[in-house]
Amino acid sequence: MRMSYREALRLALREALQNDARVFLMGEDVGRYGGSYAVSKGLLEEFGPERIRDTPLSELGFVGAGVGAALGGLRPIVEVMTVNFSLLALDQIVNSAALLRHMSGGQCSVPLVLRMATGAGRQLGAQHSHSLENWYAHIPGIRVLAPATVADARGMLAPALADPDPVVIFEHAQLYNLEDELPDDWRCDIARAAVRRAGAQASVFAYGGCLPKALQAAEELAAQGVEVEVVDLRVLRPLDIDTVAASVRRTHRAVVVDEGWRSGSLAAELIARIVETCFYELDAPPARVCSEEVPIPYAKHLEEAALPQVPKIVAAVKELLNV
Amino acid sequence: MTRTRKPRASAERPLELRLLADMLRIRRMEEKCAELYGAGRIRGFLHLYIGEEACATGAMHALAADDNVVATYREHGHALLRGVGMDAIMAEMFGKAAGCSRGRGGSMHLFDVARRFYGGNAIVGGGLPLAVGLALADRLQGVRRVTLCVFGEGAMAEGAFHESINLAALWQLPVLFCCENNLYAMGTALARSESQTDLCAKAASYRVATFRADGMDVRAVFDTVSRAVRQVREGGGPAFVELQTYRFRAHSMFDPDLYRDKAEIEEWKQRGPIHSLSAQLKAEGRLDEEAFLALDAEAEAEVAAAVAFAEQAPWEPVADLLKDVHTPAGAAAGGTP
Repeated sequence: MRMSYREALRLALREALQNDARVFLMGEDVGRYGGSYAVSKGLLEEFGPERIRDTPLSELGFVGAGVGAALGGLRPIVEVMTVNFSLLALDQIVNSAALLRHMSGGQCSVPLVLRMATGAGRQLGAQHSHSLENWYAHIPGIRVLAPATVADARGMLAPALADPDPVVIFEHAQLYNLEDELPDDWRCDIARAAVRRAGAQASVFAYGGCLPKALQAAEELAAQGVEVEVVDLRVLRPLDIDTVAASVRRTHRAVVVDEGWRSGSLAAELIARIVETCFYELDAPPARVCSEEVPIPYAKHLEEAALPQVPKIVAAVKELLNV
Repeated sequence: MTRTRKPRASAERPLELRLLADMLRIRRMEEKCAELYGAGRIRGFLHLYIGEEACATGAMHALAADDNVVATYREHGHALLRGVGMDAIMAEMFGKAAGCSRGRGGSMHLFDVARRFYGGNAIVGGGLPLAVGLALADRLQGVRRVTLCVFGEGAMAEGAFHESINLAALWQLPVLFCCENNLYAMGTALARSESQTDLCAKAASYRVATFRADGMDVRAVFDTVSRAVRQVREGGGPAFVELQTYRFRAHSMFDPDLYRDKAEIEEWKQRGPIHSLSAQLKAEGRLDEEAFLALDAEAEAEVAAAVAFAEQAPWEPVADLLKDVHTPAGAAAGGTP
């Protein structure tokens, strides 16, 4: 069946709400409005206001209430409009959700799922466009996911809810309208990265909104006779270094594409891991394509220039291969 | 050693004597903690509750065994009176694996989830959203339970207070917000941190019932919190109670206490909750010095046993360092309804 990334997310939410009475969705405008990205449209009518719970603009309060509700035996799915707004709730995510199990000596778990939109590309300006996945991926105690395909949009929620610990899911704002065929087996292993395209000459690692760009770059490179493997990281914490290293061992070259800023980025972490685990497999220094170190500008041409784009990925691969 | 007659078993005592005995347990435990801190046996931050014992004692006695409690980093007394063993608390202070948080928490993170004691939170205001969520979970699961959330007046300047009390009032959740107003947020006096120093007026703006009690008078605290708990339990939505109190010791062991007048501290000490209650009970003919000393000796003996337990308890092996960051596969997931 063909569907959009948005519809796949909604299908997963509906299934979770149907299958488990402990599951509820909470966030700003998830109910009457239908979700700021229309993901939860129609769910209020189906499940009622107790389980599709509109909140005031109190990110700290309702994310923390989600943590408390998880402690109290429920399986909350909390939606935060964008990763930029999640900074208002960072205290409850980092100081409560991620720490409670450890600080209590293992007495409790926090089975909370946090969903939020991330990323640029819609001319929304600096306060709605950032990619701070790496901030969350830095924190022990939480799992960080980034669905980049319709199948993963459909398949990641159920295992995230089954995880007894907090899971943060980043939905790239550019992907909501992405359409694709939903495969018969859309189930997702939220411990593993996924090889999206085979190719022998270099490995391109990407996640979230950069995956379609990496795949497009692979197409263009193939047309020029260069075959690259594309790996969708999709689990940003804990990183699946086994899949990454296996790919590098096949291709001996690595390019990491990351919409985060270069300094302190996930790309930096991934390259460090590659160097640590397969330094002697490398035929060239690893390369990365990150966002320029500037707040995301409003003007379209500047925004595009700030972000990883297909030509930059193509150029990075060719430079690595010296072609 | 003072000669004492054997006191009655605690459960058979009248309420006032139980309140007195529990205040003495907190006081003697914390005095010993201060001493052990000086001796280097307890490290990190240690926030003593000395002077404020009437608040936790009156409030914890007003709760049912099944109610939730969310507390702050000054929570030794609350944990003790919710039934966390003094030995487990002391072992936690020592950082031992036998501690109530396996030595991972320390003084500021005492937990006992089986007793529905959810910490021990060292972020000012950090517990308030959790309390709202616990109450929401009870509501959605049809459980009639009160969540009592303790915080200091300093937390009322945090956004977390406003967001949490608004959510609780909006959704009519069974949370009792319990502010222990000891007049100083670390070193900052109430009037220097709040434009509105009438804390009940501040809370009332969220359309919740408000209560105020003399936090140095344990019977007043018990009566007031009992009324507030009853109203919350009967479905009256959240409520707010202010307990007006004072800490006799510095904020923490690192605090030179330069921001308060010595005379002010002395004045409040005249109203010490243990001294006040025992004097009242003696005047009422319900307590004599011998009985008081017996209660005190009982508390001292419990402290001595707890310290001995903590001293001999083993350290957690360093090989276990990475334990309890994530829930192990196969462990029961998540919270308890």
